[in-house]
Amino acid sequence: MNKLISLEDAVNLVRDGDTIMIGGFLSVGTPDRLIDALIAKGTKNLTLICNDTGFIDRGVGKMVVAKMFKKILTSHIGTNKETGRQMLEGEIEVVLIPQGTLIEQIRAGGFGLGGVLTKTGLGTEVEKGKQIVDIDGEKHLLEKPLRANVALLFAEKADVRGNLTFHGATRNFNTHMGAAADISIVEVNEVVKIGEMCPDEVVVPGVFVTHIVDGGAL
Amino acid sequence: MMDKQQMQEFIAKRVALELKDGALVNLGIGLPTLTANFVPEGRDVLFQSENGFIGLGPTPEEDQIDPCIANAGGLPVTILPGGSFFDSALSFGIIRGGHVDTTVLGALQVAENGDIASYMIPGKMVPGMGGAMDLLSGAKKVIVAMEHTNKGNPKLLKECTLPLTAVKAVDMIVTEMGVIEVTEVGFVLIEQNPAYTLDEIKAATGAELTISQALKQMA
Repeated sequence: MNKLISLEDAVNLVRDGDTIMIGGFLSVGTPDRLIDALIAKGTKNLTLICNDTGFIDRGVGKMVVAKMFKKILTSHIGTNKETGRQMLEGEIEVVLIPQGTLIEQIRAGGFGLGGVLTKTGLGTEVEKGKQIVDIDGEKHLLEKPLRANVALLFAEKADVRGNLTFHGATRNFNTHMGAAADISIVEVNEVVKIGEMCPDEVVVPGVFVTHIVDGGAL
Repeated sequence: MMDKQQMQEFIAKRVALELKDGALVNLGIGLPTLTANFVPEGRDVLFQSENGFIGLGPTPEEDQIDPCIANAGGLPVTILPGGSFFDSALSFGIIRGGHVDTTVLGALQVAENGDIASYMIPGKMVPGMGGAMDLLSGAKKVIVAMEHTNKGNPKLLKECTLPLTAVKAVDMIVTEMGVIEVTEVGFVLIEQNPAYTLDEIKAATGAELTISQALKQMA
């Protein structure tokens, strides 16, 4: 099975109004070529699930500037003034989620869990509207799973089956978002044949990857 | 009088004394990051970067920058020998699971019961909490490193007026004026910067400040 597709075919899998997850942490480990192609196509009314909203000229932040989102679920928008402006002027809805909770909600969405229980956010605005569950006398917040139509991810290397390896601090949200999306497209710097990747070095098994874009060949 | 940079370095230097040999430490962005420069000789302190590694090293030379190795503020850093990379789920398992010994964070306000407000000023500044809420709920020891006041307005208060980042989370506060422990009876000054009188420190504090019987000079 060969999961390689062109950049054009990849962005055509994202439809107006979709919920999308994008990997990366302040633009490190972000699928830049997929993002640039989506901006060029002009897909609209998206809901974004991403650790942060990057910078106005880098990563997912460029999509904020291009006004592609109606709603953003994220842990941090402080590095992108445009996200704050759109939120304060009521152009978009922003839901701020503690980073550790956000990744666990995504993990739950991909791993068949009905939610996660965490103490993070107790007694803060994060608690509002959420069920509090008592576990052996200790209060926890119930945080529900998150899923998406499409995940746009980045990895260093893939084999054609979608097994992934990473370099540096690029794993961040890229390792779990694929499981939580119906379609998961991974942009990589290098694609190798079956057998050229040692099973010991695989970080994400190809089962979580539906499509691969070979960034190195672009 | 110290200028802003001297003040920040003075605070960071004192915070660094709290970092024990063998400890796993997470430093917030800004002033807390400076702490790494002042770890006392002979102490092996491991720094975690919540975006996914342990073994956070110094800023690289321009020609040594690897764009895939950045800290949680997005700035280029290095990873030291013996370090390890991991994803955000594992990183926050380390944090929430109580495996971080000490976290050093900034704050807008700290209350005498340990409540902390650090992530937003409604209608004005809404950057988001990032990993701060998880660090505050999971780290074994929470140290706030900050200037004692905001241009003269107290940041140590009876109650926080801004939205909380966490409830009853702070253990210690290090400022340019002194070292304050958050205890059952509220703020206790355990070290004093001799450049300030006790009256000056009390006046800059918006809550009761108990002076420790064993008050020391802040080095």
